[in-house]
Amino acid sequence: MVARTPRATTSPKEQLPRMTSPVSTEAAARPAPAASPTRPNRPRRRGDRVFSASALFAGAIILITLAAVAIFLIVQGLPGMFSDPNGISLLAGKDFWSYVGPLVFGTIWAAFLALLISVPLAIGIALFISHYAPRKLATPLGYVVDLLSAVPSVVFGLWGILVLAPAVQPVYAWLEQHASWIPLFAGPVSSTGRTILTAALVLAVMVLPIMTAICREVFLQTPVLHEEAALALGATRWEMIRVSVLPFGRPGIISAAMLGLGRALGETMAVAMVLSATGAVRFQLLTAANPSTIAANIALVFPESYGLNINVLIATGLILFVVTFAVNALARWVVNRRKDFSGANA
Amino acid sequence: MSTLHAARAGTTGNALTASRLPKGTPWATALAAAILACLIVLPSANGPDDDVPFAALIVVAGLLHLILLTTLSGIVEGRRRAVDRLMTALVTLAFLIAMVPLISVTITTVGAGLARFDAEFFTSSMRNVTGEGGGALHAIVGTVLMTLTAAVVSVPIGLLTAIYLVEYGRGALARGITFIVDVMTGIPSIVAGLFAYALFALLLGPGVRSGFIGAIALSVLMIPVIVRSSEEMLRLVPNELREASYALGVPQWLTVLKVVLPTSIAGITTGIMLSIARVIGETAPLLVTAGFTASMNYNLFDGRMNSLPLFVYRSYMDQGVPFEAYLDRAWAAALTLIIIVMALNLCARLIAKFFAPKTQR
Repeated sequence: MVARTPRATTSPKEQLPRMTSPVSTEAAARPAPAASPTRPNRPRRRGDRVFSASALFAGAIILITLAAVAIFLIVQGLPGMFSDPNGISLLAGKDFWSYVGPLVFGTIWAAFLALLISVPLAIGIALFISHYAPRKLATPLGYVVDLLSAVPSVVFGLWGILVLAPAVQPVYAWLEQHASWIPLFAGPVSSTGRTILTAALVLAVMVLPIMTAICREVFLQTPVLHEEAALALGATRWEMIRVSVLPFGRPGIISAAMLGLGRALGETMAVAMVLSATGAVRFQLLTAANPSTIAANIALVFPESYGLNINVLIATGLILFVVTFAVNALARWVVNRRKDFSGANA
Repeated sequence: MSTLHAARAGTTGNALTASRLPKGTPWATALAAAILACLIVLPSANGPDDDVPFAALIVVAGLLHLILLTTLSGIVEGRRRAVDRLMTALVTLAFLIAMVPLISVTITTVGAGLARFDAEFFTSSMRNVTGEGGGALHAIVGTVLMTLTAAVVSVPIGLLTAIYLVEYGRGALARGITFIVDVMTGIPSIVAGLFAYALFALLLGPGVRSGFIGAIALSVLMIPVIVRSSEEMLRLVPNELREASYALGVPQWLTVLKVVLPTSIAGITTGIMLSIARVIGETAPLLVTAGFTASMNYNLFDGRMNSLPLFVYRSYMDQGVPFEAYLDRAWAAALTLIIIVMALNLCARLIAKFFAPKTQR
């Protein structure tokens, strides 16, 4: 839009002669520009100033938004945390922390199980689409996965209750019968199948498409020369992937897992619908006594809430925010530790 | 080495095809594994319950296939090729496993949704409807209005921020923004909803609900997704392209607009598409901000506004007397939602296809 103005389109041609003539002497005199290739030392044009200012403005809005999220959640959440518990019907006389503790446990446990299932699957699917499937099939297959990243969480919730839970219940019964010596699979098995493991399975399915899309996109960007070099040295296809594709895609894989974890921690509707929660703090996967999650609890309770109950729920939302913040900070630390490879410097 | 293998395998003189399994081997072992699994599992099936043997059949067949293929390849082709074949089988298996729930969701939604996928569904609201009949026009209008508002707010902010981070940003501010975006990516949707609610509850009093608050909540979710995906794509543009542009004397902002953006536009479009796909199905933030209503509402700034995901949720949770009518409406709304998103994706695909630069892939 801005680029179509006449002045803008002619300027590169005007610049050309000036740049070419003294090139030999200047190159000898100034070796410095090589250090920062994306930022040439030139007087800045008006277009540049406007463009960079608007970009900076957009970045600032994001900073302000997050600050606002934190501030408003704290302002509205503090009354819920520190008011007299006897005045709040939702807490039923307990104090706030014993109300939120089991919810925090359930949130982290469900998200952890979901990631355990989905990360290896996502990498496998992405590799299948980018490097294993026939070239002609790769694009349609990627399209299928892209489309399914858009299945809304309520639909997964409906599907989880009406299709998945009845289907996996016999499997749970079998597991309880034959593998109950593993503490995770101890009984008694739930008769509806609406357990934490079912919720984690739904969560894994939900985060799978978005993780796959990112992994695939990054795997496809692997420099062809790296792959061909590996193959020319006699590597098999898997060895080629191990030495060229996976190292190149590692930041993408980690950021995909981060996105998936963020979604799994905060996923609300599917868990609210699928999980039959009792608020118990237990690791067992197959029983009818399951911990609830913060997000699902808010969704189930909020519409009927009033007064200080709303503040309590917002306070649990603040806790969820803090938990995801901590997880993201940790993931970010991991990414930074391994930030030795980026496409821009390749 | 290769002559040794060729001698052992006893094949013809071509050294390149020596000591390799024939092309159809994976299919053959898959077939053998399926037959073996039938022999192992079916006799142990007791009772009329067919689900367990069938699931067990698939699992046992898959494991047998992996073992057979790897062992065979290990004997004939050596360890490295055996690992290669094992990984090929595992990767294919991962894809097949993922397809099962995805296909199941599609078939269920289409099958159950078609029952009420009729004209009345798209031309009427739920006002004064109990039991059968009624439609989701109010929810469709609400979803379209709120999502469009959120996209109009988010796309410019997100894209410009990504450009700032990749092309301009240096130092503490850029690091801060990257960090904040990472944090915002993980914001749970319900927290975004609570934020928008808390903000407007302070301004307008408690219990406030409107479509615009919902749109604000959605854009809080959309912006970081757009920034992250666009940033990833912009960073993958090789520096050589930028340097070539600078060397021709092109100013930086034109380099961004004419070189960097066109090179990465396909990936950026994919990111925006994914972000819209993510928010259009969001239920939780709208549950606490836009609320639920049975009537039409075209005004973003006044009163509760229904949305398709919330329509699905409430239809399931508040089932009325002929409960099939409520479930049918829920599935029909779910089908509508999926179709809307598919249409959006198709548009994004076409845009990406026509504007993508010609590359070797």
